[in-house]
Amino acid sequence: MNGVGLLSARRRKAILWVALSAPLLWLSILVVRELQQPNSGLGVEPTEALLHYLGEWSLILVLLAFSVSPLRRRLHWPWLGQHRRLIGLFAFAYVCLHVLTYAGLYIEFQLTELLDDFVHRPYITAGIGAFVVLLLMALTSTRGWRRRLKQNWQRLHGLIYLASFLAIVHLLWLRKDGGLAEAVYFLIFVGIMGERIWFHWQSRRAA
Amino acid sequence: MLIRKPSDIPSSEITSEEIYRQRRRFLGQSSALIAGVGLGLPAPVSQAGLQQDDDITPEEIVTQYNNFYEFGTDKSDPYANASALTTDPWTVSVSGEAKKTGDFAFEDVIKGLTPEERIYRFRCVEAWSMVVPWMGIPLKRILEQFEPSGDAKYVVFKTLYRPEEMVGQRSFFSSIDWPYVEGLRMDEAYHPLSIMAVGLYGKSLPNQNGAPWRLMVPWKYGFKSIKSIVSIHFSKRQPVNTWQALAAHEYGFYANVNPAVDHPRWSQASERRLPSSIFDPNRRPTLPFNGYAEEVAGLYRGMDLRKFY
Repeated sequence: MNGVGLLSARRRKAILWVALSAPLLWLSILVVRELQQPNSGLGVEPTEALLHYLGEWSLILVLLAFSVSPLRRRLHWPWLGQHRRLIGLFAFAYVCLHVLTYAGLYIEFQLTELLDDFVHRPYITAGIGAFVVLLLMALTSTRGWRRRLKQNWQRLHGLIYLASFLAIVHLLWLRKDGGLAEAVYFLIFVGIMGERIWFHWQSRRAA
Repeated sequence: MLIRKPSDIPSSEITSEEIYRQRRRFLGQSSALIAGVGLGLPAPVSQAGLQQDDDITPEEIVTQYNNFYEFGTDKSDPYANASALTTDPWTVSVSGEAKKTGDFAFEDVIKGLTPEERIYRFRCVEAWSMVVPWMGIPLKRILEQFEPSGDAKYVVFKTLYRPEEMVGQRSFFSSIDWPYVEGLRMDEAYHPLSIMAVGLYGKSLPNQNGAPWRLMVPWKYGFKSIKSIVSIHFSKRQPVNTWQALAAHEYGFYANVNPAVDHPRWSQASERRLPSSIFDPNRRPTLPFNGYAEEVAGLYRGMDLRKFY
């Protein structure tokens, strides 16, 4: 057990709360500046900037949730598993804000435009798909649901594979031409997938 | 893609209120002129297609929010990185189906041609738009100097390729096959609305906007209006432009602004006019040919614009 693991679970949780809400705190500072003086906090296209900021942090936190098992195994951080739900729910909160920004500020609640986007734009389809999967996982994240669903709960929450995949596809299909950030997220995703596949293959061989 | 540090300079410091008001007055007058068209009065080319609510986009947005992938893929990158570009000396090489070909100094190509102000709507394929006061020379007057032959059906332009000064061309992640290529049909190039812009806001063109000169074809999506041009080639055949080469199902050769033909990944029916604010993306309907249908629709008579997008 390392230094972080020596902290009490409550203290670790508090630290996580602060760390996971920090991007939102920074965003609220930007929004306040933006409200005081247009185009100062969020730039020339503030709605777009808000959408992308929330989208990027959604992806980061989804990938973080997806990496809990590999990190726990490789870094010998058994305590990290206790906080998986917190990380997942934070990811879902960012995703909700991202989706709300898209629906409310970006297409201004025009249902026809939303349907049109959903049907005709694969990256939106992928994004909404990821949202629905995460919604299911968030709704069933309580202890009660875990008990009720028994071994199906594990199966349902294995959908994090699908959610991460759809989230990364959502980003890659959105871009016109590759950028450094996209490549980094993609490599992180491939890394986590690789570790998970490797681990399962190894444990199956060992069994 | 995280948000970069925004400019700390409020717009009020750059554009004085008096100048801003003058622009408003000027626009008011232009709309009066446009209204005059209805009365049978000719409208000057400089304001063709402008509408009453087309406010000129502030200079700091026109010069700090650009797509110029040679300097990076973020729209704030060109402003940050383009100062590395040297534009003097600047050589333009002319080739193909024309009488006068060879390498020319940029100053000689534009010598004796006086730039005119043209206030154009500018519509990016990404669905944002601006209104920009360009200084430009009708493209026809530039091209005629080289005496293209009857075989010249297309004109093909290339952007400078100089990775030492253009950080985006050094990028490992870009799948663009540099240099950037764009082209027009000769009749499009000779249309009176087509210009080579050499300035904006009454000043010479900033590097990030395509110094020392860039194409400006206001009825087409912005990517057609190629920047920092070093090569003009008169061709018999239609060229493959850069974005078409990259994704032919998304970007065509013509790229005429058309609200009826969506980009596969987003709708082109409306646009976000800059500047916009956080709770109002300033969305407005996109007009066929970006509002220049009256002037240019005839160029495409009989063509299926869904097929030739």
